[in-house]
Amino acid sequence: MTQPATLAQKILARAAGKSRVEPGEIVTVSVDLAMAHDSSGPRRWRARLEALGVGLWDPSRVVIVSDHYVPAVDAESAAILKTTRDFARDFGVEHFYDMRGICHVILPEHGHLRPGLFLAGGDSHTTNAGAFGCYAAGFGATDMTAIVATGETWTMVPETIRVEVSGALGEAVSAKDIMLLLCRELGMGNHFKAIEYGGEAVRAMDMEARTVLANMAAELGGETGLVEPDATTLAHIRAHGGKAEEADITRWRSDEGAPYERVFTLDASTLAPQVAAPHSPSNSADITAHEGVRIDQAYIGACVGAKLSDLHMAASVLKGQKVAKGVRLLVAPASAKVTEAAAKDGTLPILSEAGAIMLPSGCGACAGLGAGLLAEGEVCLSSTNRNFKGRMGHKDAEVWLGSPFTVAAGAIAGKIIDPRTLLAERRRAA
Amino acid sequence: MSAAAKTGRAFVYGDGIDTDVLAPGHAMKLGPDGLARHCLEAIDPGFASTVRAGDFVFAGADFGIGSSREQAAISLKKLGVAAVFAKSFARIFYRNAINIGLPALIFPHEGAVSAGDAISLDLAAGRVSNITTGRDYPVSPMPEHLRTMIEAGGLMESLKTRFGARELIQ
Ligand code: SF4
Repeated sequence: MTQPATLAQKILARAAGKSRVEPGEIVTVSVDLAMAHDSSGPRRWRARLEALGVGLWDPSRVVIVSDHYVPAVDAESAAILKTTRDFARDFGVEHFYDMRGICHVILPEHGHLRPGLFLAGGDSHTTNAGAFGCYAAGFGATDMTAIVATGETWTMVPETIRVEVSGALGEAVSAKDIMLLLCRELGMGNHFKAIEYGGEAVRAMDMEARTVLANMAAELGGETGLVEPDATTLAHIRAHGGKAEEADITRWRSDEGAPYERVFTLDASTLAPQVAAPHSPSNSADITAHEGVRIDQAYIGACVGAKLSDLHMAASVLKGQKVAKGVRLLVAPASAKVTEAAAKDGTLPILSEAGAIMLPSGCGACAGLGAGLLAEGEVCLSSTNRNFKGRMGHKDAEVWLGSPFTVAAGAIAGKIIDPRTLLAERRRAA
Repeated sequence: MSAAAKTGRAFVYGDGIDTDVLAPGHAMKLGPDGLARHCLEAIDPGFASTVRAGDFVFAGADFGIGSSREQAAISLKKLGVAAVFAKSFARIFYRNAINIGLPALIFPHEGAVSAGDAISLDLAAGRVSNITTGRDYPVSPMPEHLRTMIEAGGLMESLKTRFGARELIQ
């Protein structure tokens, strides 16, 4: 009988052309898909590729997304976007998404993901794709240049930490709250670890919620984040023009008795909304610990916090309400398709009637590049994934992290408040 | 000991050696050689002046945490460090090190090496020997492709060779 293996081991063995790989082993793998954006990709690759005298190893397997500097706010960002467009044209990139949304959201929206893929991305949150059962990891510019030139890279086979979430999430509690809790409980130093999520609460999640888990594996310091594919995964892939087979479900999962380094269990039904205080996602606590902190800005944005389901969460709190005086609520939908769907299903009018200001789709203030930055001393409650010092504007601004429910509740109250309290009060008043 | 084995002295440090200790911010403007003179000075002011080509650095957990600056790895290489052993590495440092041709190896054996011990490393065989104590320890063997890359001087150098060779063949 073969030894049981984790999903991470199985994908890396396949990508390395071996029957089995062991944690700690360094393997050379074929890359199935390479992804980069306007900040990490073409502007860092072009001169190196030209010096080497080579093109892309396979232009059909390279996805380029302009999302960081969009839309251009000055001549420099315009030049970066032009470099990106020129590269996509000159190097024959088959999948170039120009100002259509944030790269991690674009990949599943356009059917690029399939269980079992090895995906290399020029961005630390490339782990996002692991929600689809892909092995997805972020790489620096030198690594990515080599990857797009050769179609291969090396990696160390990670140990896997299994996060088992039982129970059901309560009202106004989401995948984001699970991740903020994990940043505190598991810490941010899980270098080279694969974080695999499962359990009944994860199985109950839609794909957007699962990407939140995989996305923020990056905050845990992980190499990759993984969710085993199931019927929900396949249905999503097929609905978005991708390819997947029933056999993917049985093939791409950890074996019974797989050698996890550690299993962390969590009961979703006992989880309260979480907020992370400045300046680290690991400074998280139950929201009750920080209720009353006054805010200047509420920001719903980023790959992790402005997908359609995130806008739905915000709208469920904002419906019929008004943003507090002196607070600005900024919403930057994660993609053009998200905006389109939110316009169709009536979510956008709810947001704008509450007083939200709509911003372009892109990384925006999350990357500290676009609209919505903070002045010295200002406080922002944000649905993004990182709150490092100076990331969203002035170094002495404060960014607090929470779910879209929590951010929307904060926008109405003008301070950090438990969204459950707000919803309960409203029910009593009705 | 095979011909591929390299021998040098051990420099031993603790946990959490960060990129600021390896490549101090205040010296970042000095250029690679000047910056290397400040490598590890915050915890061992004598390091840069005593380390010789072929020596080894041993450390605890989280080696290279902090920023993504490649100079942290470059400084060690400039000073002639032949390999870094640590209980664990920050991922970006680890990749940077290997990509610039500096072997970084997981070595969990606390207390197995003391400062000044004579060490020999055989990357191909996946073995490190403490000559002073007479004990051998396995390290994860590096695939040939990576060893070739490290010997070529790193990722970009090996790519030049790889694509240069292809042009000649065609
Ligand atoms: S939205 Fe933020 S976290 Fe996501 S890719 Fe852009 S900058 Fe990174």
